[in-house]
Amino acid sequence: MIALRLDPGSGVSTYLQIVHQVRQAVQLGVLREGDQLPTVKEVVGALAINPNTVLKAYRELEHEGLAVGRPGVGTFITRTLTSPSPEEQTRLRAELGRWVDRATDAGLDIETMVGLLRSVVNQASGSAVA
Amino acid sequence: MNVVETKALGRRYGKRWALRDLDLTVAEHTVVGLVGPNGAGKSTLLHLVAGLIDPTEGSVNVLGAQPGSKGVLPDVAFVAQDSPLPKRPRVCEVVAMAAGMNVRWDADVVSKRLRELRVDESHRVGELSGGQRAQLALALALAKRPRLLLLDEPVASLDPLARRGFLQSLMAAVADGGMTVIFSTHLIDDLERTCDHLVVLGQGTLLLSGSLDEIVQGHAVIVGSPDRPLPSGSSVVGGYRSPSAHQHLVSVSAPVIDPAWQQLAPTLDEIVLAHLAVEPERRPVRRLEVV
Repeated sequence: MIALRLDPGSGVSTYLQIVHQVRQAVQLGVLREGDQLPTVKEVVGALAINPNTVLKAYRELEHEGLAVGRPGVGTFITRTLTSPSPEEQTRLRAELGRWVDRATDAGLDIETMVGLLRSVVNQASGSAVA
Repeated sequence: MNVVETKALGRRYGKRWALRDLDLTVAEHTVVGLVGPNGAGKSTLLHLVAGLIDPTEGSVNVLGAQPGSKGVLPDVAFVAQDSPLPKRPRVCEVVAMAAGMNVRWDADVVSKRLRELRVDESHRVGELSGGQRAQLALALALAKRPRLLLLDEPVASLDPLARRGFLQSLMAAVADGGMTVIFSTHLIDDLERTCDHLVVLGQGTLLLSGSLDEIVQGHAVIVGSPDRPLPSGSSVVGGYRSPSAHQHLVSVSAPVIDPAWQQLAPTLDEIVLAHLAVEPERRPVRRLEVV
């Protein structure tokens, strides 16, 4: 069982924060296949949040195939996530390196690059769940 | 099913309109947060829905009937601002009084809650802390097993810990199902955690209404140079301008894809404050779609 927490100042919607935390816990191996997520009532009682938000987050996790809800019992983790292979990570890093070179040539400073990356990532994660 | 439906609802006190031209629908099983500055019409709206006052114009319908009528009275619970309870009687006497006034009464709700809060039922209500009194008022309202619960600034006078405890109790009750909640508050952080829908009132009119997701997705903060035209499909709600850059909070019909403008995700706080800051004469005639 994991304890969920919220960062009210993050600007990330509450249900996405729950989705991210569970996903991350699975990626880090904190949660494994068969582990039960806290019940909606437990989360609501601990965080003082709307139960529909928790339901929405759990539905999203089910939709991703990461968890499955068993009516009357609870929600359970269904698979273990593996992080990308070292080769894949190297390849992604090299691609990003080439992009940074082009951005530097175009006169962007580091902060602008980070801001641009963040806005693209936000947009991608926003449209992925919309 | 809609639990609350208002059409061109208005209420006047003397010459002053406390609320005017309000079209609002509240769907079943939602938690609606009502925000706006003092005098925006929040309490007036809650009193109209509770049937404690009558509209000056327009109509309000609650659970398919007139508010306050015999048919809906058992299904609606209202906790007024600062949880007004008689201070002299003992807790057990207030509980017995409330039980006697209601046709439907779940005594377990109250006794369980009071045990959890470690409230001695032989104490006088006046001896309870603010947080305990608010929780007692909530427990009495929940014991009715209402289909619609109305709360007027339930957490305004509570310290952070008591506020958290109150919202935990309220959300746990919502998790049990079957209840729609409308509550007014000044605290946008609380709204973000607890509400499905948001209704923003200002000077007696509806400024913004919708699900939290719709509202957040329907706005963007854009930063760009002043000589650029606004991205298509966006209209400015607020922001600030300097000679070299403009930063606008805009309402958008679709995600902004315009390389001339850097886009940032607005917080709910920013959105609400921007709408509240719009001068009345600059307000569009019809706002974002209703709940």
